[in-house]
Amino acid sequence: MKIHEYQAKAILAQFGIPVPRGKVVDSPAQARQVAAELGGKVVLKAQVYAGGRGKAGGIKTAQNPNEAEQLAKQMLGSRLITHQTSAEGVKVNKLLVEETVNIQRELYLSIVIDNSARLPVMMASEAGGMDIEEVAQTHPEKIIKTHISPLLGLQSFQGRKLAYGLKLEQALNKPAVSLMASLYQVFQGKDCSLAEINPLVVTTDGKLLALDAKLNFDDNALFRHSELAALADPEQVEPLEIEANKQGVSYIKLDGDVGCLVNGAGLAMATMDIIKLVGAQPANFLDVGGGASEEQIAAAMGILLDDPKVKRVLINIFGGILRCDVAARGIVAALTKRKVTLPVVVRMRGTNADEGKAILSQSGLTITPAQDLLQAARLVAAAKGGKA
Amino acid sequence: MGILVGKNTKLLVQGITGSEGSFHTQRCKEFGTKVVAGVTPGKGGTNFEGIPVFNAVEQAVQATGANTSMIFVPPAGAAEAILEAAEAGISLIVCITEGIPVMDMVKVHLHLKGKSCRLIGPNCPGLISPKDKCKVGLMPGNIHRPGNIGVVSRSGTLTYEAVAQLTELGLGQSTCIGIGGDPLPGTTFVDVLKLFQRDKQTEALVLIGEIGGIMEQDAAQFIKEQFTKPVVGFIAGATAPPGRRMGHAGAIISGSSGTASEKINALASVGVSIAPSPAEIGITVKKMLAKH
Repeated sequence: MKIHEYQAKAILAQFGIPVPRGKVVDSPAQARQVAAELGGKVVLKAQVYAGGRGKAGGIKTAQNPNEAEQLAKQMLGSRLITHQTSAEGVKVNKLLVEETVNIQRELYLSIVIDNSARLPVMMASEAGGMDIEEVAQTHPEKIIKTHISPLLGLQSFQGRKLAYGLKLEQALNKPAVSLMASLYQVFQGKDCSLAEINPLVVTTDGKLLALDAKLNFDDNALFRHSELAALADPEQVEPLEIEANKQGVSYIKLDGDVGCLVNGAGLAMATMDIIKLVGAQPANFLDVGGGASEEQIAAAMGILLDDPKVKRVLINIFGGILRCDVAARGIVAALTKRKVTLPVVVRMRGTNADEGKAILSQSGLTITPAQDLLQAARLVAAAKGGKA
Repeated sequence: MGILVGKNTKLLVQGITGSEGSFHTQRCKEFGTKVVAGVTPGKGGTNFEGIPVFNAVEQAVQATGANTSMIFVPPAGAAEAILEAAEAGISLIVCITEGIPVMDMVKVHLHLKGKSCRLIGPNCPGLISPKDKCKVGLMPGNIHRPGNIGVVSRSGTLTYEAVAQLTELGLGQSTCIGIGGDPLPGTTFVDVLKLFQRDKQTEALVLIGEIGGIMEQDAAQFIKEQFTKPVVGFIAGATAPPGRRMGHAGAIISGSSGTASEKINALASVGVSIAPSPAEIGITVKKMLAKH
């Protein structure tokens, strides 16, 4: 789960990490007022989930409250297109209005899970403000790392190692170590998958400040963080993906016209692969997961069919933990309810496959059965598309 | 023989009375697995289909000599269930549960370090040795047949797909093992390759990977240096859009090596036969064996 910059900064501030003074606004009048409160000159930052805002015109400086109002008028309601968004971009509904900061140095600090080490790793770099992946590619020696045990937290010597590596002036080492320890507390305490401060700046008056911040959370841990649920901004996410999330299925919208419903992420990816191999294009990735219920399958079918691009459907169920009869009932329920006429190819194998196939064939619906994966892909590729 | 599970497996099921736990316990039993105990706190002293249920893993181990555990406990309590099994002396822990918080698994891995037990999963379909009629997992038993092909995979249902293709071509399996789709699996491809290398029954291997991480590249390195049996590989996700599953900063640690094509190249460069589509895994094995 992602959140906005202003929300991430509020969390960092709760944990004692210094952030610039500022307020989030959703109207030009508010922008003017906040600018006046902050002394006139301010930065306006578009609050969208995508990165790359600066280059795309999502961050602007206003010299006075008047200009802040004018800029906010242009920015609010516009669509921001960055290298991380689709061609349509994302809508800007909120701006973070912040005091301007005089920068001496720009640094980088983040924590992620290192899968190979099976531990959180804190990374720091002197090359702040840049795309860190690019730094990793071109100057890997500029990234300093330390692995952290969740049983111990960040130890001071580890923080010092990073602080010395950043070549901070002596007086800043202690505050830096304390800031790093706080960032780790955020990471573990909130079950983050990413906690990133980029840039972490040293101001001209010699203070550390989190000028930009990004927090992503482990979706699997949200059950113990009810406080985070309220932070989600549904306008920043594909609506069908939100609905899928609610139903507990995994859905990613793509550009083709073959809607796919599959159980298991690996098989779902393989099904997309083979659809493409036979010359068609998948409209989505949809994994209904392990123990999906009849209702979840029906809801997943509904999500798939809500995509207006879908002209034909391939259902591939290999029953294991999910029983084919359960899947079949869900499919029949959804197709019947929506009076679907577009071609549907179903391939079923594994646990209770015979019962599943019987339910489909006795449903009275026009469903094309397939024996195996290749046949299923060919049948759906050859099917003349209909309308959902 | 096969690996990890077989005639000596005495299975305990944690979460045996839940809907998934009870359904799959019965399927395992029907396949021939010796299911000796179940654990559900608060239901000790009862029984499930003749299998005694205990309040704690330790009691179950003392009373029945269980040496393998299959875990169906819901995500919030699953990490603790793994620790309980490890503390009770279970040597093979198969965690089926999907959706365990990553931080919980980090702690579990730290705690299990240096201990002699092996964890498979979480978020895995388990494993099966058809010849010994031993199934510890969710896979439909009837698609398997005894034989000499080892199968290892990060996926569940895609493994069933591959196994069904093998069986249809008359190619039986020694052991099929799903190591799970979590970012921090207890057992990796390399761990499994080491076991298959030593297993006399296994003559060839099918390795099914997917996008993300570097486990397949590590496997390729191991195959190059130490694995002497022929291998067929398939990597799912060649058409998956980039950037959707891999976190931005997470890609740094492994370089940017998460794509299907990089994994395919790594495996192909060490002599692994790559199946061109998920429908051609079985036939690729058959062709490879004809050459050997």
